[in-house]
Amino acid sequence: MLEVKHLRVRFYDNPQQNEAVHDISFHMKHGEILGLVGESGSGKTVTAMAISGLMQRRQTICSGEIWFDGKDLLKCSRQDLRLLQGRDIGVVFQEPMTSMNPVMRIGPQVEECLKIHTQISREERRQRALQALADVELPEPEVVYKKYPHELSGGMLQRAMIASAIVSRPKLLVCDEPTTALDVTIQAQILDLLKKINREHNVAILFISHNLQVVHKLCSRVAVMYQGELVEEGSCEQVFFHPQQDYTKRLIAAIPTRRKRA
Amino acid sequence: MSDSVILEVRNLNSFYRQSGGIFSKKSTKQVLRNINLRMQQGEILGVVGESGSGKSTLAKVILGIVRDYQGEVIHYSPRPQMVFQDPYSSLNPAFSVGRIVEEPLLIYGKYTAAERKRRVVAMLEDVGLGSEYLNRKPRELSGGQRQRISIATAMIVRPKLVILDEAVSALDVTIQDQILDLLMRLKNEYNLSYLFISHDLNVIYQCCDRSIVMKDGQIVEENTVDALFDHPQHEYTRQLLRAAE
Amino acid sequence: MKKINTEPLFKRQNYFLRIGAVITVVMLLMIVVGYFWTPYSTTQMNADLKFAGPSLAHPFGTDNFGRDIFSRVTEGAGTTFFIAVCVVLIGCIGGTIIGSLTGYFGGAADTILMHICDAITAFPSILMALVIIAAFGGGKYRIILILGILFIPSFARVVRGEFVRQKNLNYIYSARLMGAGHFRIMFRHILPNTIPVLLPAISIGFNNAVLAEASMSYLSIGVQPPDASLGRMLSEAQVYLGKAPWYAIFTGLVIVLLILGFSLLGEGLQQKNRR
Repeated sequence: MLEVKHLRVRFYDNPQQNEAVHDISFHMKHGEILGLVGESGSGKTVTAMAISGLMQRRQTICSGEIWFDGKDLLKCSRQDLRLLQGRDIGVVFQEPMTSMNPVMRIGPQVEECLKIHTQISREERRQRALQALADVELPEPEVVYKKYPHELSGGMLQRAMIASAIVSRPKLLVCDEPTTALDVTIQAQILDLLKKINREHNVAILFISHNLQVVHKLCSRVAVMYQGELVEEGSCEQVFFHPQQDYTKRLIAAIPTRRKRA
Repeated sequence: MSDSVILEVRNLNSFYRQSGGIFSKKSTKQVLRNINLRMQQGEILGVVGESGSGKSTLAKVILGIVRDYQGEVIHYSPRPQMVFQDPYSSLNPAFSVGRIVEEPLLIYGKYTAAERKRRVVAMLEDVGLGSEYLNRKPRELSGGQRQRISIATAMIVRPKLVILDEAVSALDVTIQDQILDLLMRLKNEYNLSYLFISHDLNVIYQCCDRSIVMKDGQIVEENTVDALFDHPQHEYTRQLLRAAE
Repeated sequence: MKKINTEPLFKRQNYFLRIGAVITVVMLLMIVVGYFWTPYSTTQMNADLKFAGPSLAHPFGTDNFGRDIFSRVTEGAGTTFFIAVCVVLIGCIGGTIIGSLTGYFGGAADTILMHICDAITAFPSILMALVIIAAFGGGKYRIILILGILFIPSFARVVRGEFVRQKNLNYIYSARLMGAGHFRIMFRHILPNTIPVLLPAISIGFNNAVLAEASMSYLSIGVQPPDASLGRMLSEAQVYLGKAPWYAIFTGLVIVLLILGFSLLGEGLQQKNRR
């Protein structure tokens, strides 16, 4: 469904810097959860932005191919891009507080995508939004629908954010560190929710995180990035228990586990 | 471990005053409820809790940054120091690395220039950075390097007690691992005590002797880390442990 | 492979800074040289040379008294520059002191002082200066003092905002933990960090001061004759606009260059700080 081939990204305003993403290739199947892990500066967020179309064409040079649903996202027209990326790819960011418009009620924000990309009636939009809010297990969707972002907690906001990403029934959900800003107990709930959505809506999830434990819990396949390159890719079992590359080994050894430090 | 007490907190309550809008009354919110704790010299005491549990306020009350409290905070050591979470706001952006680390010595004011220089270079080497960093500015450094500088700044006055407020939480795991090793090494070299605040239970287990668990401004459980992990008593501790698995 | 080459022209090279620096240096050179030596006397009148157009001997022409405009513009720019620098200095120092104290300590004094600043800012500063000068009389040094005081609030506001933001950053907490006193924290730790916002404020303030001086002298309540100042010259030139357009053009040009140089310099410094 998604196939990235030889993607390279370089930023204009920093010419001496190396490519942020250096020749990476990977693919995703329908309904799959792929974890993209790496530390800061590894290029994982840049990759996600290239796929979700948030990269500004004037600031970056992208080369390579990103095939999504039979179209190359780097070559198709702006209109196609807007339709594909608005409707068929949903995005969830790290900071729930800043990814919602503080002066708009939750409901209209969740509906926004339908308003732009479909012709369905207002009532139907409302129903779809309420359904999405119910899908993300927010209690009393009607009440939440009328609330403002600051009236919700971080965990609830992240649920609302996910609702607005899945309301147009996308085929791919790009989640950029969606649990990083949340407390561990809330984090576990959001992961369960993402699993449920993946199962019930049959939406593929590209899950970007620096947290390997979280990726281990959620994903079936993992790709490890380091300094703009994809160093290792494989099933969760394979990468976590039989890492091949030195960097992956170091990364896994550094995960805080229950052991005593000298 | 010696038996002398280095820090004692008795019946501590702290309030957060909200100024309120034009129409709403001033309201106070209690952030810390009846906190009692006692730290031994050379001990690493963990503080676990989620956001809003009051663990950062506790640190700030202990260090006197927050003064709105009732109860007693008794220090048995001079100059306790703190290492903050965010390596990007904890270093003065206008100063060079050398100047940042030197600042505490300038404030105590009894060292000659040559002596200061010697101590700064030695301290930087102790945290794994060479003297070539002296003239760098914080913005040229990575998160891990900045955190090393923060640690150097806290330790150059040879405190006995250092409060680590999520000191490794903002760092990448491989860097986190290195910084934790550094902190453990410095603890042994300088005979320090740490109050180790973290939301990461595994990190607490790795480093601490004893830990308290905080929720909504209260201590819900306190025990050695082994007992805490193997036989959690409070429901909230169990919940945290489940989430961290 | 797709390669688009649409690099923004003004991005990599800081042209603002360079052009601004060149203009400012040229203007400063002119002012400094003009202070010691001008091609012709600035006060010597010559009836034969009334309204001579630009020529090799008199590059900017001569005025209604046959004085060399280039020489007078040089002197006038010096006067205007001196006034503007003094005004900005008073405003900046006063504003920094007030802004840092109120921003750092907060409380009732902060509220009261900031409301006073609001009240002052509510009136256009030139109007205020006009009123005060009408009441107490003009003159170069009075103007400096009055404009300087009127410029304090804008600087105080900028500095205060930065202090409020910085005082709750962790590096200030750690300075407090080391035992640094309030004044050390204010002036050694926070003040250097306000420079990125203070620099553009200074460049804007300088331009406003030049304009304020020019408009006040234009209304002939500023610098008194026979001293030359750019505003004064402009008001004289206005009368002869039809007869000797070069008088107004060259005087205006110097004002524009003086302001442009500093604006570009300020903008360039801001850009430099941003990266």
